[in-house]
Parts: sequence; C-alpha cells; structure tokens
Amino acid sequence: MPMAFTHREATPLDRVPRLAPGEFTAWVKRQVAGGARIAALFGAPEQDGVHLYAVMALDRDCGLAAARTGPVSRYESLTPDCPQAHWFEREIYEQWGVLPENHPWLKPIRFHAGYGANSMIRPRPGETSYFRVEGPEIHEVAVGPVHAGVIEPGHFRFQCHGEKVLHLEISLGYQHRGVEALLTQTADPRTAPLIETLSGDATIGHALAHQGVLSALCGTAAPARALAIRSLALELERLANHTGDLGALAGDVGYLPAASYLGRIRGDYLNMTALICGNRFGRGIVRRGGVGFDLDERLADELAARLARARVDTAGALNLLFESASVLGRFENTGTLSVQTALDLGLVGPPARACGLARDARRAYPAPGAYSPGSGDGLDIPVRLHDTGDVFARALVRRLEIEASLDFCEAAVRRLPGGELVRAPGASAPDSLAVGVAEGWRGEIWHLALTGNDGRPRAYKVVDPSFRNWFGLAYALRGEQVSDFPLCNKSFNLSYCGHDL
Amino acid sequence: MLRVITERLRQGRRTIAFPKAAPVLPERFRGRPKVDPAACKPGCEGCLAVCPTGALRATPSGPALDMGRCIFCGACERACPGGTVTFSRDHRLAAGTRADLVVNGAEAPRFEALENARRKLFAGSLRLRQVSAGGCGACEADLNVLSTVVFDIGRFGIEFVASPRHADGLVVTGPVTRNMLAALLATHEATPDPKIVIASGACAISGGLYAGLPETRGGATAHVPVDLFIPGCPPHPVVILDGLLRLLGLPTPD
Repeated sequence: MPMAFTHREATPLDRVPRLAPGEFTAWVKRQVAGGARIAALFGAPEQDGVHLYAVMALDRDCGLAAARTGPVSRYESLTPDCPQAHWFEREIYEQWGVLPENHPWLKPIRFHAGYGANSMIRPRPGETSYFRVEGPEIHEVAVGPVHAGVIEPGHFRFQCHGEKVLHLEISLGYQHRGVEALLTQTADPRTAPLIETLSGDATIGHALAHQGVLSALCGTAAPARALAIRSLALELERLANHTGDLGALAGDVGYLPAASYLGRIRGDYLNMTALICGNRFGRGIVRRGGVGFDLDERLADELAARLARARVDTAGALNLLFESASVLGRFENTGTLSVQTALDLGLVGPPARACGLARDARRAYPAPGAYSPGSGDGLDIPVRLHDTGDVFARALVRRLEIEASLDFCEAAVRRLPGGELVRAPGASAPDSLAVGVAEGWRGEIWHLALTGNDGRPRAYKVVDPSFRNWFGLAYALRGEQVSDFPLCNKSFNLSYCGHDL
Repeated sequence: MLRVITERLRQGRRTIAFPKAAPVLPERFRGRPKVDPAACKPGCEGCLAVCPTGALRATPSGPALDMGRCIFCGACERACPGGTVTFSRDHRLAAGTRADLVVNGAEAPRFEALENARRKLFAGSLRLRQVSAGGCGACEADLNVLSTVVFDIGRFGIEFVASPRHADGLVVTGPVTRNMLAALLATHEATPDPKIVIASGACAISGGLYAGLPETRGGATAHVPVDLFIPGCPPHPVVILDGLLRLLGLPTPD
C-alpha cells in the first residue's frame, strides 16, 4: 500500500511504493476521488531511467501520501480524468520526454531544451500550436511578451467574438533561468539567495518552504525566536502584496484615491521588512536553521508603532474602496470561477479561498515547531473565505487576510520568545524524500527534495502557487470582456518567474 | 464624497523630501560598500569564498568589490575578521560606466551626467519603457513604486510608457534569458534615437545570481549600450531615483 507520511520528517525512499505505471495513475485518481490533491507530480532521473513521483496532499493532520513509478517513457495521461495534473504532465514531458499518452493539450510550458537523455529540439519561445476558435467574426488579440506596464513578460492570446473572450491561452517561459538544477548544490553560496529569488515578491515564502525541506531532512526545527521572526516576516510579505494588489485593482477600475493610498501603504509594509533586515523584500531574514536578523526591544517597539499606524491607514483606504458602488459594480460577477472549477484545477491560495475552499498551509501544514493552530494562544491565523469566486471575492478574501495578518503581527511582535536565533542542523537523511510547504501570499509553495546516499539533494523540485493558478486565470476570463483582463489578472497577480523558474 | 475628502486629509502628504534633503533609509540598509585594503590580512580569503556572485576579487592592491555583481547580502562583511569590507548607508551607488562600479581602496569616481545633447532633450521630460528580461520580479516591483506618491517621479518629468515607440529610453531588468533576448533586441530597435538604456539591478548589469547559467545571457550590458548602471538586488527606489537625477544632471544632496 502507498504510504502516508507528514512534511515534518523525511521519508526513506525505499518506503515509497514503486508501482507499475497503470497502478500509479490509478492510485493518483483514487486519491483525488477520495479528496486528496496533487501536491507535486514530477520526474527524476534514476540509474535505470526516469521515474515519476506523485505526492498527494490530504489537507488534514499534515497528511501526505506518495508513490512512484519507473523507469517509464510513456504512460496513460491523468489529465482527462484529473485536470489538476494538466500542467504537471506538460512539465514532465518538456523536461524528460516522458509521454503522457492522450494528454489533450500537450505543448511546452517553458520552452527550453529537454533534460537528460531527452533530446527534444528546443522550441522558439511562444511558438506552439495555439488553440484557435474559427468563424467569420472571430478575432484574435495577442499581447506580450513585453507588456505595457512595469511587469514581467508573458504571452497572452485571446480568442474573441466582439468584446467577448471565448478563450484565453497563456504561454510562459520567458523568465526561465534554469534555476532548479542549481538547487541541488546546497553547499554553493548561491543556493540561499537563489531560493530567495525564485519569486522575488515571495522571498520569505520560498525561503520557508526550502527550510521546511532542510528541517525535515535534518530532523532539526529552528529555535522558537527564529520561528516567530520568520512568521512575522511571512505575514509582512502578505500584507505588502495584498495591500499593493488591492491598490492596483482600484487603479484598474479607475478609483484613484484608494489606488494611490494603497500603493503607498504597500511601501510602508515593505519598509517594515527593511526595518528587520535592511532589504524591502526580506533578503537574508531566513537563514539555514533560523534567522539572520534579530529584533531587539527598540526595533520591536518601532515595528509595533508602524503596524498600528499602517492598520489605520490601510483600513481608511479599504473602507473607501469597498464602499464605492462603482468599484463594487466592476468587482462583482467579474471573472467568476465555480467551486467545481477550482477543485478540478487544483487552485490554491486566495483564488481557492474565494471559492470557499479552506486551503491554507498555515493550518494544514504548519512549520515544525511553529505555533500550533487552534491552541488559543492568540497567535492563530484564521483561514478567511468567501464563496462567490469572482474578483470581488478575491479582493474581499485579501482584505480579510490583511486584517488577520495585522492581528497576528501586532500580537507576535509583543510576545517574541527569547533564546537563540539559529540552531545548527543535524545530519541530512540519505536516500529520502522530504517535503517543505509554506503558505505564501499567493498560496501554497511546495519544495521537494530527493536525497542521495550522502544526504545531499540529487533532485530538487519547486512548485510555486502560480504553477497551479495560471490556468485558473485563463478559465476566469471565459465569457468575460477583453477589457476585464487587467482586473482579473490583478485579482490573481501570479508570478511569471515563480512559474518559469 | 465627504468621506473621500476626509480620508484624503487624514492620509496627508507623503512624498519624500529627497532630493531636496538627504533620503531616510532603514538603519540596516546596506548601501555603498567600503573596502579598506590596509585592514586586509595576508592570506585570508574569507570574503572571497562566501560571495555568492563572485563580486569580490583579489587584486595586487587588495580586494575589489564589483557592485555590478554584488547582491548586497553582507556575507563578506560578516566573514571578514578585520573589517576590510563594510557596507555604508550611502545610497549613491549608480554609475555611468561599468568600470566605475568597482569599489577598491581608491576614492569613488565622479558621476558624469549624460552629454549635453541628450541631457537637454531628456532633463525635463523622460519617457521610459521597461523591459523585464528574466530575474525575480523584485526589480520591477521597486521600479513600479517610483510612480507612487512617495517617490513621484512625475515631479521630474519622468514617466513609464506603454510602448517603445513612445519612449526615450529603456529600463532593463533581469539577466536576459535566452527566451527574452529577441524581445529585448526588438524593443531596443523599436525605441527611436536618440535614446538611453538603464540597467537596473545586479542581473541586468552582470547576470547577477544567474550569471553563467546556460539559460541566461549575461544581462543587458552584454547586448545593448548602457548609459546608467544601478546596482542592487533589487536596487532601493531611492538608489534608482538618485541615479536617474544624476544622469539628467539634476541637483541631488551631497
């Protein structure tokens, strides 16, 4: 039987059952039918060829399950029965040339040359067979890779009938730096900063997922004071980005007062992070086995005072935004996703919570040693939900999360536990699978490592929340107008670099 | 309407005093590095081993730190037993030439503004097109804030525009991935002359953390003529604004 484990400790690879390809896909489908989700589905090179690994998230009691198959060069695609496998299977095919037979939409996602023995010819970026709607009055709108704003590159194709979007296809890969291959070099001084730049606006989130992997491998949790400072930094990151995005949403519907206040207040939160470490994006806060910066009493007081001021400013701006009838008129019933779509596509983060799905890694997969949810210690961060699945719901969920994060930060900064900042990690477990997960502001960030017999990672996998949610954005545009794209896009605000890696 | 006005009054004026006064930066901000070769212990290469980007080099006259590669992580400062490399809070990091980004024991080189022909054209009105070519998105985020009320680059006639055809210059970020090289060159070509190019962040200047990776192409410097180099990972908005103002020959505080 495929085995169950948690993200708190590494699992010996010989305990991960090796199934025949048919049994493997049947197992994944059974897991999904039973309510589990695909946390990661990926290929890794082994001595006898490429193996596939599936890690399933059970979303309760830190529960995970895993199985593997291989060596494998082709297998029956999961995607027709299990759409959340769609992007993972495209990635496996692009990287390793393992063919998911009967995959309905098998094209590149990052436009790079294949790995290992996979000698597929490198495609030119953006050149693929796009889905096309045919008809006398159908037209196509193509945008990017370079966009009109100060934003990362990507290519978007809208199939339109008049203003109505019948389908949006998103083609990425322009930010592909080939960074995953470097992450197995844990002794390289580049590794920590590379982790922090997987997606620059989610520096803390990715750093925490990475530390989750190391902590599981070494069986060492960071000390309490470090965990508290990490949690503070993670929530400050969420505050900055949610605030900035709500400001951008206000700008997209032409409501300038809230747009200019929130754009500024985002900077106030970034400056709070810089108060801790000198860098507005939190570079260097998370360090192996702990944190790189302490908050002495004076800085903690300063942070508390700034949080109190920012709370008033943020609330004032958000009240204007959510009281404006013209804003609500544009937010409501725009870019709606049904809960079924969110389940099928395996969405995470605020877009999933805006459909009523209580997916939040802070609750289901808390960091080892971190505050335990529901402990009543006043440091519990509640999951915020809405159920209409539209731009309004995504905006509202973010507003509620801002309030929850402020509550947490104000309480946590007053109650920092004493003690050391770093605890030296123990020896890394050999021949194991380890999983790290953090609830970044966009949603769950999963990092996975397979170690060799020396305990070092021989394969490292990163799944940014954007990897799951880009297709959700494409879906949200169906039946909407082209002019609703900026609004829908900003309500997700997905990462290009986090996807492209 | 009344609530909108009340809130406007309550939120107040938030534009920073810079460049009329010195900027206020976080106390732990790592700005212009200082290198003191006299403090360097012979045979100690502690700083070189910990630098993630190879920004530090040993030279016959002591260590030299290339701000074009530096990500300002401070690892060298922590590793150095004698205080040879330290980071000041000086925000004046930008330079007009690649060579001027190298910090050694010598005096910082003088920043030369654009030559008169382009400076006169752009000093009251500069329209920029941003090209994001790899990287992590943080450089873009801190370029974006220049347009907020806090930094308000509109004060200086500087604005980001939506087409290279409307632009006087490009701001490039990222190490220039293989997949973005063609788009960068096409955007540069589409920008009318005379134009300027600004490389913002370690990636755009040198490839940064991604230098040498097979999927990246060495930053903007390797592909287009660059007029302004802004170090950082990412550069603080004040560092960028200071660079822009000095490029245009506009007054900044000493």
